[in-house]
Amino acid sequence: MPNTGTEHTVKAFDTDINELRGMVAEIGGRSEQAIARSMEALKNHDLDLAAQVVEDDKLIDELEQKIDDLTFQTIALRAPMADDLRELIATFKISGVVERIGDYAKNIAKRVPLITGGKKLGPISLLPSMSRIASELVRDSLEAFARRDAELALEVSERDQVVDDFYTSIFRAVITHMIENPKDIGEAAHLLFIAKNLERIGDHATNVAEMVYFAARGEPMPERDRGENPTDLLEQPSGDEAS
Amino acid sequence: MTDMQTAEMADNNSPSTESTLSEISAGDGPPKMTTRNVNVFYGEKQAIKDVSIDVNMDNVTAFIGPSGCGKSTFLRCLNRMNDTIPIAKVTGDITLEGEDIYAPQMDVVQLRARVGMVFQKPNPFPKSIYDNIAYGPKIHGLATGKEELDQIVENSLQRAGLWGEVKDRLQDSGTALSGGQQQRLCIARAIAVDPEVILMDEPCSALDPIATAKIEELIHEIRGKYAIVIVTHNMQQAARVSQRTAFFHLGTLVEYGVTSDIFTNPVQDKTRDYITGRYG
Repeated sequence: MPNTGTEHTVKAFDTDINELRGMVAEIGGRSEQAIARSMEALKNHDLDLAAQVVEDDKLIDELEQKIDDLTFQTIALRAPMADDLRELIATFKISGVVERIGDYAKNIAKRVPLITGGKKLGPISLLPSMSRIASELVRDSLEAFARRDAELALEVSERDQVVDDFYTSIFRAVITHMIENPKDIGEAAHLLFIAKNLERIGDHATNVAEMVYFAARGEPMPERDRGENPTDLLEQPSGDEAS
Repeated sequence: MTDMQTAEMADNNSPSTESTLSEISAGDGPPKMTTRNVNVFYGEKQAIKDVSIDVNMDNVTAFIGPSGCGKSTFLRCLNRMNDTIPIAKVTGDITLEGEDIYAPQMDVVQLRARVGMVFQKPNPFPKSIYDNIAYGPKIHGLATGKEELDQIVENSLQRAGLWGEVKDRLQDSGTALSGGQQQRLCIARAIAVDPEVILMDEPCSALDPIATAKIEELIHEIRGKYAIVIVTHNMQQAARVSQRTAFFHLGTLVEYGVTSDIFTNPVQDKTRDYITGRYG
């Protein structure tokens, strides 16, 4: 076979695919930034920055629409097969998931004005580390997409457990804080929702990783072993609190 | 599967060679035709290298591959059409219902009635529509009288989805029909001698999309009644009409498997490159 590289005989097909890859990288970058800035706004009680995160979410929504349009168009016009088809289907789904990640960051930003207690809310100190890891999962899942790296995708999926564990710890700490400081219950509840949002971001990064794995290997990601989460019993069934 | 073929496939950077090797069979049901270690030479040049494949009644089998890959040559082995080329030499085993079709006692005319063929360009006889269909049954003695022959003609045209369009002008010339109708006439002609296998060599490449869709629908309708093998350059068509796909390249069988797997997750890199349009 003269050409076993990645280029298509029809160059315009490569142009479309590259444009899509670029947009997926961009929406991923914007979502990651939204997480970081919403946490920054929370830490410094920076209402302007929080408002900016909410405003910038529109760009993420627009980008999702653009990705979906071009994916749709490419599937219709190029009739992709095999790994091309899998990549385009994955792109279509990833754009939706990453947009959702942006929504969770926006939801965190919206709660910033409601949390005035700052450091006296003890469990808040755990959030920066949790958000850093959740953010890394988002970054790495999209890096795995860019590199067609099924191994990295698998690793992201496994690392999500760390975020889940953080959530369990924060959940306990917040409940304890609420019991000890009933007047903080309102703010602590927002804190809990923020932790839940971060936990969901981790789950969504895992969803991205699963699609990357499928695109790369053509088969679903193997089920990973999940340790039993004691908070599972207390949670509403996968309720999405983000708006 | 021979060692030679195994080695060749293993050389192909296959992440999972075994899944390809298991796909020599045609799937459910006993194979209608089997081929083992088939080689075809045109003089010095080897056009087919050690190909082993089964086809059965349940599945439409598509042969795909770039021009010159040997898919038509291989197809023509299945009813000994290559016999008509003096320099062509075929080795290996090809059976129809367990019978060696290259055995000396095999009657080639009978064989070609049992394994019918439809060509790229519709080639009706310059005779009436009726005679186009009736000719085969007549020479093979399949009908005892006019009435029976009429019935065969009607049934064949019905099966080929052409009856409604031609029933009032059976005495018109077959060549007066449109391209798509002519091709369905050729399929009806193949059906008329009650074959077991129908080989189609790019049957739609000279037809417009509507005529193509009709042929594809026809293939779908007659699937299961005959073992069907189709050579096509149109990969979408292979994906649409077949349940098994074989990819040929430079005379070798690169991959043979379930059509939906071949087009979503081929095992071999060469197959991937070809079907995604990276070949070049």
